[in-house]
Amino acid sequence: MSNIPDDLSYTKEHEWVAGLEDGLTVTIGVTAFAADSLGDVVYVQLPEVGSNIEAGDSVGEVESTKSVNEIYTPVGGEIVEVNQSVVDDPSLVNSDPYGEGWMFRVRMEGEPEEVLSAEEYTALTSGES
Amino acid sequence: MSRPTPLRDVHQSLGATLTDFAGWLMPLRYGSESAEHNAVRQAAGLFDLSHMGEIFLTGPQAGEALDYALVGHLSALVPGRARYTMIVNERGGVLDDLIVYRLGDEEFMVVANASNYEKVGNELKDRTKAYDVVVEDRSDQYALIAVQGPRAQEILATLTDADLAGLKYYAGLPGLVDGRQALIARTGYTGEDGFELFVANQDAVPLWHALMAAGEPYGLKPAGLSSRDTLRLEAGMPLYGNELGVELTPFDAGLGRVVKFDKPGDFVGRTALEAVKDDPPRRRLVGLVARGRRVPRHGYPVTKDGAVVGEVTSGAPSQTLGRPIAMAYVDAGAESGLAVDIRGSQEPMDLVELPFYRRKK
Repeated sequence: MSNIPDDLSYTKEHEWVAGLEDGLTVTIGVTAFAADSLGDVVYVQLPEVGSNIEAGDSVGEVESTKSVNEIYTPVGGEIVEVNQSVVDDPSLVNSDPYGEGWMFRVRMEGEPEEVLSAEEYTALTSGES
Repeated sequence: MSRPTPLRDVHQSLGATLTDFAGWLMPLRYGSESAEHNAVRQAAGLFDLSHMGEIFLTGPQAGEALDYALVGHLSALVPGRARYTMIVNERGGVLDDLIVYRLGDEEFMVVANASNYEKVGNELKDRTKAYDVVVEDRSDQYALIAVQGPRAQEILATLTDADLAGLKYYAGLPGLVDGRQALIARTGYTGEDGFELFVANQDAVPLWHALMAAGEPYGLKPAGLSSRDTLRLEAGMPLYGNELGVELTPFDAGLGRVVKFDKPGDFVGRTALEAVKDDPPRRRLVGLVARGRRVPRHGYPVTKDGAVVGEVTSGAPSQTLGRPIAMAYVDAGAESGLAVDIRGSQEPMDLVELPFYRRKK
């Protein structure tokens, strides 16, 4: 069973979102479930700092030995920070997906897409695993 | 539903991620596939390959029958030795790549890929009707466990009195391993030294446990199909469905050496293959090493100055090289300035000769 922290929000595409309740700057990464499904992550591509994104956009890629998955953003706004550490060492996605494996921060504009609670995401992933 | 191997419960208890492969439920990886890959390069890995097919040919004309049915000269094989060979259709297209073991004067075992062994068994039966030979597909009776890596011989030696040191590459002998009857073959698909053990289904679980226990002090890890694929890719070994297929001849794949025109008699595909054997290849199978970190994958176009000059057949991040690598069919003459179109972006590649990795003897 993958680790699914209670205090985060989730997307159907297996991203986690922190800080959504403040509605200011949110942090986004991929879930432990996603990391486990991918296997060893070898490459992470992230958006440029300063770029403007819209909710639902594909903004990056996570690539493993076997497959490549897009990273979707559930919120729109401006990219204010990206995690260079995870670009330099993609294995952080596997070892600490909710911590050092975070991906990027967005200064939110507009309404986010619908997200899932930890409970709802648990239900979603238990159906897939 | 995918078919389980006799080791399915063992894989589950080890926490394996299971995947469908050619209709079989197989372990993709047990933990980190990179760690499994590295264990095979540096120590040893244990693989369940029970999805492979085992077809036996028995009878006084078994060798001649195989000479007609396959492109190789199998009647010349010495008992106890094995050959890499292929079965082609009348047009010379590859139906499967095979390892054939000569078990005795009148007995051969043909090991075929999981995706193809039913077809291969049927073709062998059809093609050998005029010969005094019995063809029997015994794939359902055999499990196959491979121990691969530089420590493989030391590990296996703790469980058998068989003469492993005297067993050459591409040779096989019957023996007892942990008290169980096995065909011990020095073959593999990883680019390392290693052994493949063909055993009866009911012996698979106890043999696996014995090998795990024997291998642990040497750093042996269970290894799944994901690492098997990256290991064979580094070793430049073709995979049927990727580098080989019915639309390609052995010559197209750069493996024309397996076709033995000088053997006596006709064989299926001879006329078609003789007609193309001296043709300059339009494309050839090469290695590509990425300059960047994005991974070329099966089916991606190879480009030069924006024009498509080839196609990737297999690609993966290489643990050993530290860069993504690929095998690709590339137009003759296109050697520099190559790129792979990775989802719309032209990623520069350096062409290298295969294999990417060769073990130190």
